[in-house]
Parts: sequence; structure tokens; C-alpha cells
Amino acid sequence: MPADVSKRNEESFVHMQGVTKHYGGVVALDGVNIDIMPGEAVCLAGENGSGKSTLIKILAGVEQPTSGSLKIGQNTQSPLDPRTSAAAGVMVIYQDFSLFPNLTVAENIAFASELGNGTRLASKSRNLQLAKAALQKIDVDIPVHARVESLPVAHKQLVAICRALASNARLIIMDEPTTALTEREVTSLLGIIRRLKEDGIAVLFVSHKLAEVLEVCETVLVLRNGKLVAEGPAGDFDAASLTRHMTGRDVPQTPPSAMSEAATDLLKVNGLHKEGAFKGINFTLRGGEVLGISGLLGSGRTSLAKALFGLVRPDSGSVTLSGTPVRLGDPLAATQAGIGYVPEDRLTEGLFLTQSIVRNVAVGRLDAHANKGILNLTSLTAEATEWLKRLTVKAPDVEAAVKSLSGGNQQRVALARWLSRAPQVLILNGPSVGVDVGSKSDIHTIIRELAEQGIGIIVISDDLPELLSVSHRILVMRNGQLVDEIASGTVDERELTHRLAS
Amino acid sequence: MRILASPEWRLAIITVAVFALMAALSPERFLSEGNLVSMAFQFPEFAILALAMTLTMMTGGIDLSVIGVANLSAVVAATLLASFAPAGIGTVESLPWLALAYTSALIVGATAGAINGLLVARLALPPILATLGSGLVFTGFAVALTGGSAVMGFPESVAWLGNSRMFGIPVPLIVFTLLAYALHFLLTRTSFGLRATLYGANPLAALYAAIDTSKLLLRVYVISGALAAVAGLVIMSRANSAKADYGSSYLLLAVLIAVLGGVNPYGGRGRVIGVVLAVLSMQILSSGLNMLQVSNFARELIWGALLIVVMLINTVDWSERRSKQPEVQGKVTGESS
Amino acid sequence: MKSVFNKQFWTRNETLVAVVIILFCLIASASDPRFLSATTLTDLLRASIVLGIFAIGAMLVLISGGIDVSFTAIAVFAMYVATVLTLGTIPSLPWYLIFTLSILIGAALGALNGLFIARFGLPTLIVTLGTLSLFRGFLLTFVGSERISKLPPGMRDFSRSMLARGTTESGNFYALPLAFAALVFVVVLTWFILHKTMLGRSIFAIGGSEESARRIGINVRATQFFVYVYVGALAGLAGIIHGSLGRMADPFSLVGLELSVIAAVVLGGARLTGGYGTVSGTLLGVALIVLVQNSLIVIGIPSTWQSVAIGLLILIGTGLPAWQAKRAAEQAA
Repeated sequence: MPADVSKRNEESFVHMQGVTKHYGGVVALDGVNIDIMPGEAVCLAGENGSGKSTLIKILAGVEQPTSGSLKIGQNTQSPLDPRTSAAAGVMVIYQDFSLFPNLTVAENIAFASELGNGTRLASKSRNLQLAKAALQKIDVDIPVHARVESLPVAHKQLVAICRALASNARLIIMDEPTTALTEREVTSLLGIIRRLKEDGIAVLFVSHKLAEVLEVCETVLVLRNGKLVAEGPAGDFDAASLTRHMTGRDVPQTPPSAMSEAATDLLKVNGLHKEGAFKGINFTLRGGEVLGISGLLGSGRTSLAKALFGLVRPDSGSVTLSGTPVRLGDPLAATQAGIGYVPEDRLTEGLFLTQSIVRNVAVGRLDAHANKGILNLTSLTAEATEWLKRLTVKAPDVEAAVKSLSGGNQQRVALARWLSRAPQVLILNGPSVGVDVGSKSDIHTIIRELAEQGIGIIVISDDLPELLSVSHRILVMRNGQLVDEIASGTVDERELTHRLAS
Repeated sequence: MRILASPEWRLAIITVAVFALMAALSPERFLSEGNLVSMAFQFPEFAILALAMTLTMMTGGIDLSVIGVANLSAVVAATLLASFAPAGIGTVESLPWLALAYTSALIVGATAGAINGLLVARLALPPILATLGSGLVFTGFAVALTGGSAVMGFPESVAWLGNSRMFGIPVPLIVFTLLAYALHFLLTRTSFGLRATLYGANPLAALYAAIDTSKLLLRVYVISGALAAVAGLVIMSRANSAKADYGSSYLLLAVLIAVLGGVNPYGGRGRVIGVVLAVLSMQILSSGLNMLQVSNFARELIWGALLIVVMLINTVDWSERRSKQPEVQGKVTGESS
Repeated sequence: MKSVFNKQFWTRNETLVAVVIILFCLIASASDPRFLSATTLTDLLRASIVLGIFAIGAMLVLISGGIDVSFTAIAVFAMYVATVLTLGTIPSLPWYLIFTLSILIGAALGALNGLFIARFGLPTLIVTLGTLSLFRGFLLTFVGSERISKLPPGMRDFSRSMLARGTTESGNFYALPLAFAALVFVVVLTWFILHKTMLGRSIFAIGGSEESARRIGINVRATQFFVYVYVGALAGLAGIIHGSLGRMADPFSLVGLELSVIAAVVLGGARLTGGYGTVSGTLLGVALIVLVQNSLIVIGIPSTWQSVAIGLLILIGTGLPAWQAKRAAEQAA
């Protein structure tokens, strides 16, 4: 039930009215109204492509709204530029934190502020002062003389927060802040947010996974396709309703069909151990089974996935595929054995953006179409095109660069590449991240079909409805260990969230 | 005009334009058979070096040691010949020694390339540093072998490679054409070539696509080294001697030709036909300027200016690739991204 | 507090280079007792002036994330033009004005580099390969290509001014030219800029992460432009010193030294990827290169092996840290 969302214009720190942004023909934001009070924590939820990053850019003054108005603080009005926005106290902490790895913690914290002052001379003592003050404000202890590159991710985030504080932030915008944190670190981040609020500093969380942070926010806003589709007090929302608003539909909770009894053990993982990442990993994947692996980030799941594919070398343990041991730490060996891996980050890890769609698919099958190294381009292209059709990739010109495709189609290209190799085991890391809703369910259907053909599939995801919808079993990882095993159909989303976090 | 969108077409127009310009400026001499033939003898030696540079650039790397390798290979071959088949020896007698000398040169080139490949692939040294250092080492060995002076005294058969004709066509031109076609074939029709291009486009994705990047890079630099050795042999034949510091201006020229030819120094893009056209343009320009009695120094000036102009024009194509290039094997051109 | 002599200390570039230098000197003095004398020292110091100034400039560019190979061409261009201009207009110009002229010309040429790199964003190695040829070609074509040995008196006077001179006990003459003070000045000035000014810290920041620098409001273009102008000015200074000390304005000189300079800087710990570099490391690198270039014969290696020595130094000096980094990355999850 909608809460009373009338805000008082004069008192709000950020007042955004009717903001619309067009990029060429694309509408990124459509008539968005937002109010943020001083000291308020607001959660902005939305999938990739919902307009979140455009909103951030407009608040930061990097982009101008096509229409609508934006007022920050008492004095600052749109149009903004990065300098005026920063001067008004709006600080953005991007996902990569925008720190300088080669400089010290103290210098990183103080840099923006010193720059803003216009001082010409650099002073180590001033840096130290500013840094210590900021660290004290959030009651955190990090060695100020350490180079940022040597810090663990959570500490880097703290440095970024301190930098915002040292620059007298009144609104800190955090873009996907919990992405790289362990559960414990998320808890401590929430504590810090509370402290910031006490100081009257507003915080805007922008994320697509908010289950963890709902407890610290007063207000939740949901963006979908550039429109604000839901807003209200945090108490009115839960993970399920958030997802419904973000995706615009109810994700069917029908678990996959039961597996055949005759399914054999395909992949046996035994005693896999890597210092600092995971330990004592034992599990078996059967042919035709879809095994989901989840856990809060930092639980070691991506390391584990990479280890299965040879990109990370475990310290000990073994992996056997259909009875044959797979050599660890060697992606080529894993591929030869029949293991495929579709990485999380499509753009930098999965695809060759500037190369043609055909090449991106064909790269997996070069040896099959080569005679002593010389390629039969006709058959290579034909097979690649066939796979594109099978996965219904919408591409008018297969020789066009793959970056011209939408996220959903790009993901299909990545899948096509591995499928053309007829793998026995396919590991999918975040298979529908950044993919529109329609394509997402198509990809789930593809996963189900592959399983029916007897391929063993491991799906790593934080998208709980996705996991529930495709997996036969779900394994939960925490702090590098497998702590829970859940059979499909036995839990719903709420229960799953609880099991993950507990 | 869509034709201007492709670098290779732009280049073809430039080549024709330069030819027309030079022909117009000194018609009798430029268009004479003597000149055209002489041009065909002159460009292969640096053109082959440009081919080597093209391959390494396709992978986002660079080979600054090509001149050093060329000279070292030539010096090794020359020393063998001067010791065992000195001038005055009959042509037939000299042939086995010639074969030995040429083979040794190729082995030296390939080995040098392998060293580069190991440095880049196994040690993950940035190609600039690896080939900078190795280039010095190779040149240094050449200096040590020769004491700094030129090695001379070859049998007449040495002159064949760089100075004679077969079926009326200058031999160096034949060699270059064969090598250019071979590189083109390698890049477009073999799995090795495709993998090299993909690696240059995104080294991280290449790893995830289970491409054997170590083997790939090793092969790339070995081929580059072998090509450099061939170039060295051509130079040796035409100069009738071998020295540690021949061709020092060819390094810039090789880079210029590759870049002019549309090869993206960040990797992942380039076609041999573009490089061939660039070679022709440079040679025409060079000969034409010579005829206009423009000094050699002006040549350097024009090359430098041309390199910058070409990059300014190409800058739009490349700036996109640069911002998305992830770090795996280290930077080539020293860019921060 | 951990001892400063821990593992990190011993594997730092600077330490390794220092160790090699010490070893070199030990071997050298063992084979030739006269090695450790004031004469050798002043000779080596003199040899390191021009290289040192170049290296400081190259270090600055590396820290900012780029690489510049055109500084030798800038140096010889500035030197020659300054000399020719002086001889042609006011031959009696005092040395400091001739020097200022050379520095200004160098700065102007550096500004051209800055234009292409900072303003147009062209890849630095290839652009400076281009400007190297452009500047040198222009010099030789339009300014002149003859070696001038009759220098303006100002330059002659400078080359004769000594910081220190004397005779050692064994009767050998030693002299340290005033030009060495220029190196000291450049070192101090650059150190100050890099460590005590926001401009210098911005250079480090850009080298560390250009995108982050942009985001927090650093004027990346202006800073990069400054770097190249500064390096050009340094090159102009180095060039005119080279001309004065060598008693000749030779337009064919200096170009070719780039490799040794880059070797020195890289040995001293500056990283090609940017963001790292120290003045002390660079000076140590220069010292090692100068030793290799001048005194290889004293430790029994003929000078024909000089290139090999420098090349190997580069490979080992950069290969070791690269290998360590690779090992660390492989251990990572």
C-alpha cells in the first residue's frame, strides 16, 4: 500500500522534478521525481538498463537532463557540472572506487579535497590530518601509509567513503556498493552508513541487489525502463516485491522437471582447497542436472568456478569428469576435457567486442574446421551461423561487430560459442546479468533444454528467483565453504534468502 | 562517401595520388622503366620488416628488435660466407655455403624471435621493454662478432637475392610478394592468424576462450624474427656486406608503414593489403623526392609528419578500442587506460 | 616497527641497481687501483650530466603513464638552433641567455608533443617516434647540417667554468664542470614538483589511473601538456650543455641515446604502465648506465659488448619484477 510520498520541497537536500533524459532515440529516464532529505538513506533499485547510471550521472553533473529540474541543497540548480555538483556536496563512489592504486591511503582520501581548495603545494601532514579525521568519523582503522593497491576490496571502499567525507559530502551515492564485499563486510558497511546518517549525510544506494541493505534505508525507489515505478518506506518492500517491481513480472516459481533416475555422476569435485578462496569443496554433478551455486559475494563462488575451469589453480584437491581426472590450473585442459565456462563479465572477459559475431562464436571451433592449421572458412561460418539460429540470436549481419548487439543477444553469442563445442559440463557465471527480462527467461529455457540433453550445468548467480527456477539443487557457499544444500521445490525465495544470509 | 570509411581504400587513393603527383612533377624520369625497376629493388628490404611489425602489432605488441635481428642474422651469414666461401670462389662451389649461410640466418632470426616470445609470454614483460632490451642484445652481439666494422668478401652468388631478376621481375620483389601473400593467408585463413587477431582485440577474453596465449605469442615473435632475418639477407645482398648498424632508420619506417597501412597498434585490426599499399606509397614518395633533389633529411621529416597525420586521421577509430582494452600481457604503447 | 632491510627492500629495483653498482666498482678497483680516484669520479659525473637530465625528463613522462622517445631530437634541435641564432645575431650573448633560448625552443617543441598527446590523445610511443623524425628531419633539412666547431664565446666560457678542479696525489688532473650544477638543479626542481606540489601529485595520479583522475576533477589534459613542455625544456637544457661541453654543435649527435636513457629510467624502477618512479632510482639507473658505457673495459669487458650489457641489464632489471608480479598473479584467486 503506497505510503505518503509527499515531500517538502524546501527541506529536501535533493529535489528532482520531472527529469527526463533522451540519448538520441533512447529514453533513459522518463519523468522522474525524487526527493532526498538530509541524513536519509535511500535505496534505488533497478536492473541493468533501468536508468540507474543515467540518474547517477545527472546527479553528479556529468550529464544534463533533457527536461525537468534538479535542485541540490539550498543554492545549486540545474544545469550542473561535475564541479558545481561536487561543491554542493554530491559525491559518487563508483563500482571501481576511482582510487589511485599507486598512492597512499592518506593521499587518496585527501586528494579531491586538496584539489578543490586550489592549493598549489602538497602537504603530507595535511593529507594525514584529513585522512585521520575522516577515518575517525566512521570509526575505522586502516594503515594510512599503505598503498591503496595493497588493500583488500572492502578497505578500498572505505577509503573511497573517507574521500567523500573529506570533501564534505552531503550526499554520498554508492553505485553497487555490496558487489565485492563479504557478508561480514556488508554488515560493517551498514554500520558505517548509520553513522553517516547521524551526521546528516544522505546516502543513495544504487543497486540491483538490495535484500542486504533494505534494513538501513528509510525509502526505496524502483526504476524500470527509465520510469519510477515504485516508491515507499523500506518496510513496505521485501525481496520478492522488489524483484517484481524491477522486472515487471512475476517470475514463475516452477522448479525444473525431475531428473531421470539413470543420470550418472558426471563431475566429481573432491577436496578442492585454495588458500584465501575456498576449502574442502566436495560435490558431484550428474548428467542432465542443473546445480545452482549461490552465496553472498566474497563467498568464493567465482573463485571456485574459475578453478573448475582452470583459470585459478587450487592448492589441492581433484576434479574428475566421467571418471577421467582433469588437470587443474589449465583452461586448455579443462576445455579439452569438455568443460565450458561463460564468465560473469561479458564485455571484458567473454566477448571480443570489436570482432564479428561469427568470429566470437567460431573461436571455439577453429581446430574442428582446420586442416593442418588452414581453416575452411565456409564450414566454420556455416556452423557458427547455425548455432546463432539455434539460440535465436537476432543479428541481421553476422559479420557485424558483436558490440552492436543487445545484452541478451550478446549473452547468447557467448553461450553459442561454448555450446558449439558440445561440452559435457557448462559453468555459467551470472548468465542473465544485464540482460532484459524477455531474454532472461529465454536463457532459462535454453538452460533447461541443455540439461534435458544430458549436459551437466552449474549456474552461479545471486538472482535467487533465477536459481529457483532452473536448478535441481542449490548449494550455498559461505566464506569459502559449502554450507548448505537445498533441493528444488523445498524452499521459496524468502526461505532461500534467509538460508543464504544466516 | 563509404569508400573513405575503409582505411585500405583511403590508402589506395593516397597511393594513386602520390604516384600521380610524382609522375607529374618529373614525368620523364619518374615514369621511366629504369626508375620503376629501381624502386622495385629498393622497397622489399624495409617492406619485409614492415610485415614483421604488422604481425606483432596485430597482437597488440611491437617488435623493436627487428633491425637488430636483421643485422645479427646477416652478420652470422656473412661471417660464414666470408670464412668458408670468400670472394673469387666459383658460383657452383659457393652454393652449398650459400644455403648454409641463409639457413643459419633464418635459424638466428627464429631463435631471436623465440627469445622475444618467451620474454613476452612467459615473463609477461611488456613487448616494448622486452624487444628494446633484446634488440640491444642482438645488435650488441653483432657488434661483438664484427668488432664494429662491416663484413665483406662474398662470392658472386650472394648478389642474386638482392640484385637480379627472375622472369624479368626483380627477385626481392618476388620474395616480398610471396611473404606478403603468406602473411595475408596466415592472418585470414589459418586458425593461428585468427587467434592472433582475437588475442590482439582482447587478451583477457582470449584467455577465457581457452586460447593458448603462450604458444600464440611465441609463434608470433618467432615469425617476426624469421622475417627480420630474411630482410637482413636482402640488405646484405644489396649492400654486398653486413654490418651491425645497417638500416637504423628502418625501424621508424616499419612502424610508419604498419600504422599507415591501417594496422591498429593496440591490436586486433589490420590487413596485409593495407601494408602493401603503404609500402608502395612510401617508396613512390621516397623516389619522387629523390628525383626532385630533395635531401635525405627531408625524407625523415616527411615520414615523421606523415606518421602523425595518419594517426590524427585514424584517431577516431582507435580511441574506442583503447578505452576497453583490459590488462593481461602488459601495455604496448605505454598508455594508461 | 619492521626493520627497513626486509624482503621488500632487497627486491626493490633501486637496491638491486645499487648492489650492482657497488659490485661493479669493487671489481673495477680490484683490477685497476686507479679506478677509485677523483679523476674517475669527475669523469663519470661529467658523463652523467646530459644523460641524467634526459633521464629525469623521461622518468616524468613514464610516471604520467606515457613514453617519450623524441627528447634527443628536441635537444639537438634546440641546441643547434640556439647556437645558429646566437652566432647569426648577437654572437657575444652570455651563456645563460643562450641556454634560456635553447630551453625555450625545447619547451616549444615539447608543447607540440603535448598537443598531439594531451589534446588529441594519440598513443605516446608512436607519436614521439614520429616527432623524433619530424624534428630531426626539419633540423637537418631547413636549419643546417654542418657541424659547427666555432661556438659562441658564451658557450665556450661555460664549458671552461669548473665547479671543482685540482690534482690528485698521484698527479692526475680532475675537474668537475659547472654543468653538473645544472643536473643538481634539475634533480632538485623535479623532485620538488613531484613531491611538494599538487601538480606533481596529479602527475602520479594520472599515471595511476587516468580515469579516476578525470573523475575527481584533475585537469588531465593540462597536466599532461605540462609534462611534455617540461620535458622539452629539460631536453633543450641537456642539448645546449652537450654542445658546450663537447665544444661542437653537431646536428647528428644525441639521437640514438634514447635507448640508454629509457634503460636508465626503467632500471631505476619507473614502470612503463605509469604511476611509479623515483628520482633516486633514476639517478642510480643513470649511474649504472654511465658506468657501463664508460668503464666496462675496466672490469674486463671490451666496449664492443656495451650494447649487450645494457640490453641484458634492461631485460634482467625489468624481467625480475615482471616475473615476480606474474607469480603473484598466479597465486591469486
